[in-house]
Amino acid sequence: MNSRIGYVAFNTFREAVRDRVLYNLIAFAVLISGAAVLVGEISIDIERLVVVNLGLTVVSLFGVVIAIFIGIGLVSKEIERRTLYTVLSRPVRRWEFVVGKFLGLTGTLVVNTFFMAIGVFLALLYVAHKFERADVWVIVALYFIVLEFLIVCALSLFFSSFSTPIMSALFTFALFVIGSLAEDLRGFARITHGFTGAVATAIAYVVPNFSAFNIINQAAHGFAVPGQLILYNTLYALLYSAMAISGAVLIFQRRNLK
Amino acid sequence: MSRTRRVNVVASAVLLISLAGGVLILSAIDRLKIRTSSQEALYIRSTKTLRRMCLGYTGLLADIYWTRAVQYFGEQHHSGTRDFRLLAPLLQVTTELDPNMMPPYQFGANFLGPPPPNGAGLPGEAMALLKYGIEHNPDNWRLYYNLGFLYFTEFKDYAKAADAFTRGAQVPITNGFMPILAARMAQHAGEFDTARMLWYTTYQTTKEATIRQNAVDHLLALRVDEDVTKLEEVVQKYRAQTGHLPSTIADLERAGFIHGTPEDPNQKPYKLMPDGRIEVQYPTSIPYITKGLPPGMESPIAGQSK
Repeated sequence: MNSRIGYVAFNTFREAVRDRVLYNLIAFAVLISGAAVLVGEISIDIERLVVVNLGLTVVSLFGVVIAIFIGIGLVSKEIERRTLYTVLSRPVRRWEFVVGKFLGLTGTLVVNTFFMAIGVFLALLYVAHKFERADVWVIVALYFIVLEFLIVCALSLFFSSFSTPIMSALFTFALFVIGSLAEDLRGFARITHGFTGAVATAIAYVVPNFSAFNIINQAAHGFAVPGQLILYNTLYALLYSAMAISGAVLIFQRRNLK
Repeated sequence: MSRTRRVNVVASAVLLISLAGGVLILSAIDRLKIRTSSQEALYIRSTKTLRRMCLGYTGLLADIYWTRAVQYFGEQHHSGTRDFRLLAPLLQVTTELDPNMMPPYQFGANFLGPPPPNGAGLPGEAMALLKYGIEHNPDNWRLYYNLGFLYFTEFKDYAKAADAFTRGAQVPITNGFMPILAARMAQHAGEFDTARMLWYTTYQTTKEATIRQNAVDHLLALRVDEDVTKLEEVVQKYRAQTGHLPSTIADLERAGFIHGTPEDPNQKPYKLMPDGRIEVQYPTSIPYITKGLPPGMESPIAGQSK
């Protein structure tokens, strides 16, 4: 990797850690251990289900919130503190800055998710007393959640390249909600015709399809995930992130930073 | 080319390629999910819980559930399954979230009652749905019409159908067909004309494409059933008069029993069988027909015949 991108990424990660982002892990640990103890007391035969559902949902939501709230400030904070001028006056190109920020943020989320995943598996071990073969699908579900974060990070960075932090947060969150209902949106597009159908289809394919990444319920039930879906989701996340980051680069290249 | 320009060109190219690639991959995911999707599930059936979760935006949620109900029925029907177990709860949740939304009641009357594969085979659920609708919309003639229609088509209870049509005829704003339907139920319930009038009213009073198509299919099937019944009667008359069965339809025409060659809705002439029965040429292309079928063949399914 370009070493300048690596420096920007590493500093972004370090800054996120300094901003006590990883403190959310404490809240997560309390929640998941509390849930594990509680479901052991009150649930009958669905302990595993509750732990996986709750654990993965919280991993996903915490990650999305972190991705949005850090992502939207990545550019604006640098401008506000005037550190951006120092960075760009060094031999760091604008596109390298954007790509580095993206990689730094996704790195933060990967580390965060890794620790949360350990928490989920410890809670699983606590309630089920052993690991099962079906637990491998929980890992796949976690992988899909990380792919989801890639897109959310890219989107928040894209919006923050031209908008204020509050508006960027709103736009990204709105797209996250719409993308989570993408399957319904495409279903709606399928049953409409003519101009409305064309517009609905276009929107349905342009908004990010987060619903394909959500296999939490299948993982909780131990249902197998097809290898093709893993491949397609990986490609889709990489392509969508590349698209959003390219958009961010194009806008950032033209942006007047004075 | 300057460095900035080069970056712009590369970024634009990446953007466009990613967009195109993303759409292609998404289509592939869609196909994969259709093939591998697990059993559809309705996670929340409690309207009370849903009301709380949607922070009072029940109208919007009802719209979403209604869309989901239509999609669910369409997908299950298209895939040829006989399992429509979620249709009733989806319609129930929709109407409980918005009791004044009319299309779900009509949809329920048309597709909850008929036996699979053309419906969910739950006439009792359909009736409960319509009674719930009438309770909340006592002045809407359509609900009485749908209830009468359900009594007629699924329960063959013509007295109750007549009662429902009569009640529907008495609401302040009603449809001119209602008193006629009520009267016909009392005297001519089993006749083709009565059924035809019902399906025609259904066709006329809805904008929902699936329901309209269903009505058209039933009207065409009624035409075939009536044609076949009449032709078989004519064949028997011919036999009584000549002492033998006609060998072709043209024999009937030559003997003056019919005028012209009768055709089915696909413009294909009816076939006269050696035993005097009448059959349609391509029975699977006309859904819902009960007559004119080869011996042992079941009534064809809508949307899957070709």
